[in-house]
Amino acid sequence: MNSKPAMSYFTVLTFIIKRELTLAYRHKDDVLNPILFFIIVVTLFPLGIGPATNTLATIAPGVIWVAALLATLLSLDRIFKSDFNDGSLEQMLLSPHPTYIIVLGKVAAHWLITGLPLIFIAPVLAVSLHLDDNAYNAMMLTLLLGTPVLSFIGAIGAALTVRLKNGGVILSLLVLPLFIPVLIFATSTINTAAMNLPYQGQLAIIAALLVGAVTLAPFAISSALKVSTN
Amino acid sequence: MWKWLHPYANPETSYHLVGKLIPWFAVVSGALLTIGLFWGLLFAPPDYQQGDSFRIFYLHVPAASLSMGIYLGMAIAAFCGLVWQLRLAGAAVAAMAPVGAVFTAIALISGAAWGKPMWGTWWIWDARLTSELILLFLYLGVMALNSAFDDKIAAGKSAGILALVGVINLPIIKYSVEWWNTLHQGATVSKLGKPSMTLDMFYPFVFCFLGFAFLSAVIICIRFQSQILQHNVTRPWVKKLVTVEENKHAV
Amino acid sequence: MQFDSFSAFLDMGGYGFFVWLSYGSAFLLFAILLWSSLSGHKHTKQQIIKKLNRDEKLRQRAQQSSAGVEP
Repeated sequence: MNSKPAMSYFTVLTFIIKRELTLAYRHKDDVLNPILFFIIVVTLFPLGIGPATNTLATIAPGVIWVAALLATLLSLDRIFKSDFNDGSLEQMLLSPHPTYIIVLGKVAAHWLITGLPLIFIAPVLAVSLHLDDNAYNAMMLTLLLGTPVLSFIGAIGAALTVRLKNGGVILSLLVLPLFIPVLIFATSTINTAAMNLPYQGQLAIIAALLVGAVTLAPFAISSALKVSTN
Repeated sequence: MWKWLHPYANPETSYHLVGKLIPWFAVVSGALLTIGLFWGLLFAPPDYQQGDSFRIFYLHVPAASLSMGIYLGMAIAAFCGLVWQLRLAGAAVAAMAPVGAVFTAIALISGAAWGKPMWGTWWIWDARLTSELILLFLYLGVMALNSAFDDKIAAGKSAGILALVGVINLPIIKYSVEWWNTLHQGATVSKLGKPSMTLDMFYPFVFCFLGFAFLSAVIICIRFQSQILQHNVTRPWVKKLVTVEENKHAV
Repeated sequence: MQFDSFSAFLDMGGYGFFVWLSYGSAFLLFAILLWSSLSGHKHTKQQIIKKLNRDEKLRQRAQQSSAGVEP
């Protein structure tokens, strides 16, 4: 028995992320659609509510975060689906590397593909919603810490529904209630920042949620994948 | 030490055990609910502040606490199922979810009907109400996931994982909602203080609570039985049981 | 007894609508749940019997056809 693994955990992780990014580069539509969706949803709110600057400024944090939740939800289906369909997911689970690392790599790649672009576009949309000037830093920080949590929690739902033909609707029913704490703390961080008050406390809670999600969610995801693939 | 428990992991044994328990539970629940509701609705003194509207208490509080208790039970069953690979646990999760959802819905409806005369509104985004609503969503998610699979065993396992994820999230959700509520609540709704409950108000509550608990046990047992049958369609004992009952009906 | 008459009982000190709304909807929901559980149990048994009958028929047909081929 060779006690030394063929690849270190870090190599496996980077390998998986690279593979996912290459795949995403080849299917650009899948990457662009959630981002377009994010922009359009945010645009709909001023049209529905009216162009009054004050109203828009009060609802801006909530609108941006709800749109981010929905955009993440839209992109969740593709985390495991195509790999499940062509059998490569089963191969990955059968490989000697721990499923924890594999799942971590897949979720990290999902965040890089869908979460990170949202963070870059959000300030532009915030300008159009007249977000308070003090709140931009807080908004960027909450998105930076919060969207990975969404990816992790969402991946649990995606892993549970990967076998179902039309799992999309069920996926949203499973995942959206679990997104609520992130939404609450993120919007309240931004609102506190807009009032020029210290917001580090709320930010720390989001960071704690992120740490909890990184440590616990991969276990739930891998056991869900094991149920789905056998 | 736990060896005596092993036979009950056998689906056939538990099917028959549950079948024997159902009539007893039904009788106990019927008796307790009759006593408790008559006592609560007719004989308990009205509240000095809330008058007779407080009689919703005998429905609302048992329903609300059972809605959380059933979720906890479901999560424990799911945990046992994942750790010890008990197939019956999937059946138990599937049996408990709809019952818990109904209790949550009753807690919400009766809460709204109590809130209208007391707070002047059917619904407020109060911390307790909001987390109860989210609990309903979690139940509905477990039910939807469970019914989405054709394969009963995979359905039970997936629903179990979701129930466990939900139970880890539940304290976070509850904490976040409470915290959100204290920030956002503009007009403070007076919770009417905690009225010190006299004993003649409290005894009917005990009866009602136990009565509703046994009622939930009856329904869970019935659903558990049909889940066991669906999990074990191909087993000889199921075939025998079903044909024997069919013949009984024919005669 | 807290109430003088049946109509006073129904009125619930002015809160009758709310009290009976909550108890009524709870009763309705429990009735639906109980009914669906019982009929679901019956339905499950019937499905299993149907499946058994179908399997039996298939087996008989297979035997007949194999018996028909042999002579």
